[in-house]
Amino acid sequence: MADSATHAQPSSTDGQSRRDFLLYTTIAVGAAGTAAALWPFVHSMNPAADTLAMSTTDVDLAAIQPGQAITVVWQGKPVFVRYRTAEDIAAAAKDDGAELRDKAADAARVQKPEWLVVVGVCTHLGCVPLGQKAADPKGDFGGWFCPCHGSHYDTSGRIRKGPAPLNLPVPKYAFTSDTTIRIG
Amino acid sequence: MRKLILSALTATALFASSGAALASGGGEPLMKPGFSWEGFFGRYDQTQLKRGFEVFNQVCSNCHGLRLVAYRNLADVGLTADQIKEVAAAREIADAPNDEGIVSMRSGRASDKYISPFPNDKAAASANGGAIPPDLSLMAKARVGGPNYIYSLMLGFKEEAPHGVTVPEGKYYNSYFPGNAIGMPPQLMEDLITYSDGTKASPEQLARDISAFLNWAAEPELNERKSLGLKVMIFLAVFTTLLYALKRQIWKNLH
Amino acid sequence: MSGFQTNNKVISWLDERLPIFSMMQHSAIEYPTPRNLNYWWNFGSLAAFVLVVMLLTGIFLVMNYSSHTSLAFDSVERIMRDVNYGWLIRYLHMNGASMFFILVYIHMFRNLYYGSYKAPREVLWWIGIVIYLAMMATGFLGYVLPWGQMSFWGATVITNLFSAFPVVGESIVTLLWGGFSVDNPTLNRFFSLHYLLPFVIVGLVVVHVWALHTVRSNNPLGVEMKGEADSIPFHPYYTIKDLFGIGVFLMFFMAFVFWAPNFFGEPDNYIPANPMVTPPHIVPEWYYLPFYAILRSFTIDLWIIPAKLQGVVAMFAAILILFFLPWLDTSKVRSAKFRPLYRQFFWLFLVDCLVLGYVGGKPAEEPLVTIGQVCTAYYFAHFLIIMPLLGKIEKPKALPASIAAAVLKEKA
Repeated sequence: MADSATHAQPSSTDGQSRRDFLLYTTIAVGAAGTAAALWPFVHSMNPAADTLAMSTTDVDLAAIQPGQAITVVWQGKPVFVRYRTAEDIAAAAKDDGAELRDKAADAARVQKPEWLVVVGVCTHLGCVPLGQKAADPKGDFGGWFCPCHGSHYDTSGRIRKGPAPLNLPVPKYAFTSDTTIRIG
Repeated sequence: MRKLILSALTATALFASSGAALASGGGEPLMKPGFSWEGFFGRYDQTQLKRGFEVFNQVCSNCHGLRLVAYRNLADVGLTADQIKEVAAAREIADAPNDEGIVSMRSGRASDKYISPFPNDKAAASANGGAIPPDLSLMAKARVGGPNYIYSLMLGFKEEAPHGVTVPEGKYYNSYFPGNAIGMPPQLMEDLITYSDGTKASPEQLARDISAFLNWAAEPELNERKSLGLKVMIFLAVFTTLLYALKRQIWKNLH
Repeated sequence: MSGFQTNNKVISWLDERLPIFSMMQHSAIEYPTPRNLNYWWNFGSLAAFVLVVMLLTGIFLVMNYSSHTSLAFDSVERIMRDVNYGWLIRYLHMNGASMFFILVYIHMFRNLYYGSYKAPREVLWWIGIVIYLAMMATGFLGYVLPWGQMSFWGATVITNLFSAFPVVGESIVTLLWGGFSVDNPTLNRFFSLHYLLPFVIVGLVVVHVWALHTVRSNNPLGVEMKGEADSIPFHPYYTIKDLFGIGVFLMFFMAFVFWAPNFFGEPDNYIPANPMVTPPHIVPEWYYLPFYAILRSFTIDLWIIPAKLQGVVAMFAAILILFFLPWLDTSKVRSAKFRPLYRQFFWLFLVDCLVLGYVGGKPAEEPLVTIGQVCTAYYFAHFLIIMPLLGKIEKPKALPASIAAAVLKEKA
């Protein structure tokens, strides 16, 4: 557009530059306006207000026995809540010094040592690891095993073997009483 | 050319007049108290919305639902997070089944939609002499005249029906209701509620405030819409002027 | 076609294999356009612009819409309340539909005034009518999607039109509904077709422009371009003029979107659909009102043809008759500028359409029914009697020798 608009007629250099200025200003303003007009469309694909508002989940821990785990839904994702036994905790603490792909001390991943809360989504490509039910394979480190591509997690939810790059993330949560937590 | 413009004006006038004729659907012409959000720059008055909410919450919500508005939205009318929790917790809703599959009730949360006073339409009808109190979420958009209709209706009750008009048993005469016989008894009276901001609760004040609140419930985006519109218009005015200057410049040397 | 020249090796490599740059050069830059087009010629490009806006907003609305009877209404309200800028996208789409029709109606009446439908532009005109029909169908289907009272009862009334046809009518209606009333299957198929048809319209627009570029634009004088002096290249002259038009139009459009977003809508459509209660006064969207008035003008059974069938046939005929216009108009002269008699009848016809639109939006009561009947009769008389006769009896004014001659004379 710029080319032929300026080529269309010969005119004085002075008029030419004034005209170029007008042309480029108009193009710049038009481009800025178009970009601004596209933002609402892009933003409409972000989470809506009702989705954001539903971002907490309350979990009752009273009925869980030591060694058991439950899966709750938070923001549409499974969250693993495991009541760890003394052996689980000891194994996790012992491995703090082991060679870890994603370094993190077990104590930093829990608020109370017996309760481990992690998002149950494999950090490789998003499958849900096995290990919640008693009969499930728990992998080489007694935590979880992702059947999709063979990632092994330990009793602290840390990645120990396989393709996943990171530990199972710990969501934001708080104990609202001795036996209830609120995730989110 | 001039003729074309003239005819365009005639067409606009025709459309406008048909709109105006449509506007007077039921009975008397509506009262127009004038609202803060009218006009080009008009916006909601948050103190008024809050008063309107108090009327709704203490009076209307005993029979009417507001199912499209979430409790969290009440932050817009000036409620604090704690006040919202308190309002939400005042009603109960069926919880998700527990581990034994039993459904029990839980109190409302900020993220819930306003919990309706009746569990379903049948319950609403049987509790109100067969007439279902309509949900008010969109009332200000779903009636010709919108907030003016609500205002007029609230003040339009007559104790005595005009001569020759009989109002059926259990109905009330209202000058603005289509057919004039409405199932809702008159609601507004002097000092019906005590406003938290100390405003005197006259019937006109109550009617004006509830109309404002219901308009907000129907069009919560209004403030944002008008602000954005102003920016868009300023941009378009500048951009169109530039385009016009460029057009003149390009066409100038043509002949 | 003068060849497309570039020093850029990549572009010329591509262009030799797929001549998109040559094509653009040919049809959007060099395309010779009459030098005397007035602003009434902006409305075609404006309509194309709105079509793009409708597609864009529509695609994003669908991302949050649920086409199930129990979810549709609330999903639209969720778009209005919870989705980021959802209210803006929906109001753009809602008002965009009305804008599209306003622009296309002006485009059509411009065509009628300047005789653009005449040889050699008959096929161009036909494709235009098909686009208009596709728009009417798309608009109707879209209006059903929010599943409000007007959606539901509009769908019921319009699909019932087909029941007027003898023998097969009832079967057609059942087929359209996918059941024994307007219900979930109806909503789902309407949604599917509402998404499909706009892309059909895009295809038709491409063919429309193709036909236009074959026969070239008409112009306010109605005389063909003869030499170089009569035409100017489309770019930059008409690109900038069209862009300026878009700027002005956007201000008009946005005034409705931001300050009166429900001006063209009906309050009843904010009440969820209720198959048990018909709203007391149901009207179609404003852009169908003239045809709605024609439909309702037939009230007396004639011989073996029931009034209902007459109305439906007349309504379809009112649009189909436009296909024959190039031959019903017997005048040799295109532009109303040189047709003093036709000019008067053009305005009369425009007023007739506006009155029909007014009558269509009102309850069927006297005297409006009679007025509607007179206007319906006149609508058909305009095409079947006045247009053929005018060409015979009218004495057109002298046409200018060429566009350039007329332009220079006006300047002097």
